[in-house]
Amino acid sequence: MAHLQVVGSDKDDAEARLNARLAAEEERGLLRFLTCGSVDDGKSTLIGRLLFDAAQVYEDQLKGAERDSTHGRAGSGGEIDLSLLVDGLQAEREQGITIDVAYRYFSTPRRKFIVADTPGHVQYTRNMATGASNCDFAVLLVDARNGVLNQTRRHACICSLLGIRKVAVAVNKMDLIDYDEAKFQAIVEDFTNFAGSLGFEDITFIPVSALKGDNVMEPSNHMRWYHGPTLLGHLETVRVDRAARTEPFRFTVQWVNRPHLDFRGYSGSIAGGTIRPGEEVVINPSGKRVHVARIVTADGDLEEAEAGDAVTLVFAEEVDASRGDIISKVDEAPAVADQIAARVIWFEEEPMLPGRSYAIKCGTQETTATISSLKYKLNVDNLDHVAGKTLDMNEVGSCNIATGRPLVFDPYADIPETGSFLLIDRLNNTTVAAGMIEFGLRRATNVQWQELSIDKVARSGLKGQKPCVLWFTGLSGSGKSTIANMMEKRLHAMGRHTYVLDGDNVRHGLNKDLGFSDADRVENIRRVAETAKLFVEAGVIVMVSFISPFRSERRMARELFDDGEFLEVFVDTPLAVCEERDPKGLYKKARAGLISNFTGVDSEYEQPENPEYAMRTAEASADEAAEKLLTELRRRGII
Amino acid sequence: MKQTLSTYLRQLEAESIHIMREVAAEFDNPVMLYSIGKDSAVMLHLAMKAFYPSKPPFPLLHIDTTWKFKEMIAFRDAEVERLNLNLKVYTNEQGVRDAISPITHGSALYTDIMKTQALKQALSAGGYDAAFGGARRDEEKSRAKERIYSFRNASHNWDPKRQRPELWRLANNHLAPGESMRVFPLSNWTELDVWTYIYLEDIPVVPLYFAKERPVVERDGMLIMVDDDRLPLEPGETPQMRKIRFRTLGCYPLTGAVESDATTLPEVIEELVGARSSERQGRIIDHDQSGSMEKKKQEGYF
Repeated sequence: MAHLQVVGSDKDDAEARLNARLAAEEERGLLRFLTCGSVDDGKSTLIGRLLFDAAQVYEDQLKGAERDSTHGRAGSGGEIDLSLLVDGLQAEREQGITIDVAYRYFSTPRRKFIVADTPGHVQYTRNMATGASNCDFAVLLVDARNGVLNQTRRHACICSLLGIRKVAVAVNKMDLIDYDEAKFQAIVEDFTNFAGSLGFEDITFIPVSALKGDNVMEPSNHMRWYHGPTLLGHLETVRVDRAARTEPFRFTVQWVNRPHLDFRGYSGSIAGGTIRPGEEVVINPSGKRVHVARIVTADGDLEEAEAGDAVTLVFAEEVDASRGDIISKVDEAPAVADQIAARVIWFEEEPMLPGRSYAIKCGTQETTATISSLKYKLNVDNLDHVAGKTLDMNEVGSCNIATGRPLVFDPYADIPETGSFLLIDRLNNTTVAAGMIEFGLRRATNVQWQELSIDKVARSGLKGQKPCVLWFTGLSGSGKSTIANMMEKRLHAMGRHTYVLDGDNVRHGLNKDLGFSDADRVENIRRVAETAKLFVEAGVIVMVSFISPFRSERRMARELFDDGEFLEVFVDTPLAVCEERDPKGLYKKARAGLISNFTGVDSEYEQPENPEYAMRTAEASADEAAEKLLTELRRRGII
Repeated sequence: MKQTLSTYLRQLEAESIHIMREVAAEFDNPVMLYSIGKDSAVMLHLAMKAFYPSKPPFPLLHIDTTWKFKEMIAFRDAEVERLNLNLKVYTNEQGVRDAISPITHGSALYTDIMKTQALKQALSAGGYDAAFGGARRDEEKSRAKERIYSFRNASHNWDPKRQRPELWRLANNHLAPGESMRVFPLSNWTELDVWTYIYLEDIPVVPLYFAKERPVVERDGMLIMVDDDRLPLEPGETPQMRKIRFRTLGCYPLTGAVESDATTLPEVIEELVGARSSERQGRIIDHDQSGSMEKKKQEGYF
């Protein structure tokens, strides 16, 4: 029967003792660490040992482990299998492996600890990454008998990618190699050679036996040659403070707080830096500037809030901010881009496919994302960059990613919370990858935005297409407009955003002040080219259907556009055929002298020398010509 | 003098608030499971803070097995009135008609019908796509494995081998129709954190947590409080008045008391610091067999 004892001698002082203890505790920091390494290196046993030695195990929990030790896992001579204190799932206890990360909480007089015990199997790497993502420190286990294995390297690599800068390598099962110093030193050397490029600031090697307790909490009597700290001693003293207060101010808007008409606040968390009422801030990505009027909490308004705080900001000005926005200070705004370079850890058996659309969650922002290209894969054995087209499960690579709308972010190395994301399969909802943003891909993203400048790439990205101009040139009656209209119908049916600029129509409006002199013809083309450029800037596929008889004007038009955007389509129909068709009766009038400067009659048509595409409409139907042109667009990667 | 919240507790508080706001923003129809105990008290207190000056934008849901301590129900109703919240109470009426009781049907069947099935019925009936629960990872070792966003299929089942990766503070909230999420904002709190926070924040808790002379009978090493006359006394058994309290609160015939002199929060905390047993030792339903919590969770229990 349970009977609890009050520990202190004088019960009346319980409150005083409690507050004295709480005051002392404030001095104790927190260390979040994980244990990782290959399967069977003894991670769970080590945590069981830490909990047991630090007297953080309740009697009934110990009894449970004792009971499970006698059936199930192969016990070692009646000893309690300490790993059973952490392996919480039935399947784990049955198979003797760790499947998913377990979180444990313990403390010593010097520090509080949250430990993530992560699985060693390569199959469960995603669970290891889950556990590692919130840790500041890693204990990497190595089985002294096996040395540094592939999975040891993979875990070291993931720890490094996630930004962990300090690790302890616990060389475990020293009891099974007779506490041999030479073997320990060989492992130290092996790991040091491998880890050189991982960017760890500090690697502490500790020879331990989790099973026997050597160098876990108490220094070992079996390894007098070792003069370093015990594992717990190291965990209690290693410095890992992240200077979040001194980072640029970042507030991620989670929820618009609107209890009634007189209050409009933005609830969210501070990912970095500090803020005070009265300070001027920028709402990103809109670029609007406002002043913080109040920092509201249920415990009263704050004079200052800092990284880690969950608060509600009220602005002095009437503005519209929404979930996903990031509030920063004026001269240190985050980047905004719809194309990013990022490190990605792939979690799913279905490989990563460039070109496929995923959902991306970055902080409180969510949009769609497409991997545009895999720049390289990382070989976790030697950290070499390896060429590849796709990422398979548990592979790490560096990718270029295009997002459906611009993301507000910081490089992960600067502020992890605003630089990390998940990719989610939009069909089956699985989390397929985690990513860390390296940088935005377009230069403009790094300048200070007054208001977000949405550009051609952003607009066309939203439309999911590559903007371009199809410049149809050819004689009057050659079939330019017919084919341009057919093209537009086909492209429209494919979900593309299009527009047709037709010579006759434009001359009724924009160009109605122009005649048919050579100078007016040039101005006619200039205006149409500029108009087409605006449409391309807007992300639209434009079809220009103009006779445009002079090479130089066509060249002038071409030069307004970026490489690959301007496609000159020569509708090559012999004059005789055009004249015979004469849909508007213009040739007749020209021949009769009623119209002057008519191309092909009394004004020259300069044939294109190197058109991107030429079509002979005399030999094929307009339908066939349009179909072939579509094929050409596909070949060029435009659609 | 009473200390202010430690840096650590402020971090835990902020983390929980962040989680609650995410759920309120990302899900269509969340609900907060309110089981009246100390963890629910802290969770509710955090919800009041998270959305201040707004009210929490979701209702509370209590699964009433009809076997809760009388003082729990009285406390529940007082809290809901004090905070002016929307509380929904659900009872498995079929179970009531079948007179399912922990005494005659055993703890396993009773828990399944009156708690697990009732919960699933209530969640389906309400069309809730997210349900907050006050579970903590330090409570029990299968809970130590659970994500903050714990995905449930359309039958409310948990698949511990297929949990979604959850890195940083990012959780995948995508659901197909009928699927739902259990969300645990107190995942990283320990029992000691909960009590310390209750003390420092003056959060009301059910008086049963404090020692008082109460009528009990001793059964299989557990002290069971005779809360009403539905508890059949065995031959020769007479309730005795003992100074007891509870570390955990559930259905009274399934919840073991401890003998204690702790009548204030500092004394309760002092007992906890010196305790040799975990809080779940007072729960009969956990001890059916090793791994029983995991099994119940897979079936849809919180």
